[in-house]
Amino acid sequence: MLSPEEWEIVRLSLKVSLVAVAGALPVAFALAWVLARGRFPGKLLLDALVHLPLVLPPVVTGWLLLLAFGANGPAGRWFAQTFDITFMFRWTGAALAAAVMALPLMVRAMRLSIEAVDRRLEGAARTLGAGPWRSFATITLPLATPGVVAGAILGFARSLGEFGATITFVSNIPGETRTLPIAIYSALQVPGSDAVVTRLAIIAVVLSLLALVASEALARRIGRGTGSHVL
Amino acid sequence: MSFEIDVSRRLGDRIIACAFQAPAGLTALFGPSGAGKTSVLNMIAGLLKPDTGTVRVAGETLTDIAAGADVPPERRRAGYIFQDGRLFPHMSVRRNLRYGEKLARPEHRWMTMGDAVDFLGIASLLDRWPRTLSGGEAQRVAIGRALLSAPRFLLMDEPLSSLDAARRAEILVVIERIRDELKLPILYVSHDRAEVDRLADTIVPIE
Repeated sequence: MLSPEEWEIVRLSLKVSLVAVAGALPVAFALAWVLARGRFPGKLLLDALVHLPLVLPPVVTGWLLLLAFGANGPAGRWFAQTFDITFMFRWTGAALAAAVMALPLMVRAMRLSIEAVDRRLEGAARTLGAGPWRSFATITLPLATPGVVAGAILGFARSLGEFGATITFVSNIPGETRTLPIAIYSALQVPGSDAVVTRLAIIAVVLSLLALVASEALARRIGRGTGSHVL
Repeated sequence: MSFEIDVSRRLGDRIIACAFQAPAGLTALFGPSGAGKTSVLNMIAGLLKPDTGTVRVAGETLTDIAAGADVPPERRRAGYIFQDGRLFPHMSVRRNLRYGEKLARPEHRWMTMGDAVDFLGIASLLDRWPRTLSGGEAQRVAIGRALLSAPRFLLMDEPLSSLDAARRAEILVVIERIRDELKLPILYVSHDRAEVDRLADTIVPIE
């Protein structure tokens, strides 16, 4: 049904999206926590910065990534020296771009779920002998989990669809940075490739649907006692 | 003295201040709604830090702001029973009951799960979820959860106020039995004169 090249595109897209979500998850949770619970000067600014990729033209986000994480960018050099990771024209760069673009959506979902946790329950846990960390791990985190899962799945779906920042930052290299949307775009440039476009588009629809259904099923299972939903 | 309390704390533009000493038995903090009674309980439980003052329970200093002492809530061994039960919604009744029990040191425990379940008559509820419980059932479970955490004293914040008359009478009997059979110092907050007259050994008015 799919050609080996098309399977490669699907595999690469899944890899990029999974790595993007895995990398963004702890960052998004920490940001969501700080924005939900923190009280500090500059909170509004941090909130705006986190949401910037949502409203900025993706091509600008891609260009900013190029400046920061390119071969001569400060962040790029630091990553290269510290972890031996480079982003330019690599699938890692595609994952980074997807993570940055998915971050606002993930933070939003997680922040809402953290804000919805009744802090008086944490107080109750404390009086029952739980220290702050145990109270966080046994009360706050489980109660916020449906939102964290929803945020992760939303981020995954967003990553799968990421196009503008990715093509600007890491270009369109078969097998390395040509993810599903970029492959569809490339195929559209070639006359007579309607069949390829159709197959890739169907895959995109199926993957997105699966992500949504999976998130709903997960949230139902995790939220058993509490009756929470994603959809 | 069971309770030696002298605390004050500013909340917004009002100052909650409360000072009293109470012997063993059940002490009622009695006063109108909004007088800051819950804030006083929270300061004794360690959930709210007073601006100034001291909290001593059964001879042990839990808070002494001048001396820089403030024991965190998890080490105070306070059995706090809240107005609204405040059961953990993501845990079954059994896991709610076990929550504090597991965290208590074995040598501190003075009640087993079986005893608590019999005492409160909640054997049939163990596998239920909190949201399926009636108000009276939830309050029994909340009392059991507090008792199983091996407390040295109990704090009760209007535990009857969210219940209808029949459930109220039922829980009132449970509280009388706790007072008479378990011999724990109890601090009981209420705005209901009849309730206070029936339960309290000592009454502390709060205005």
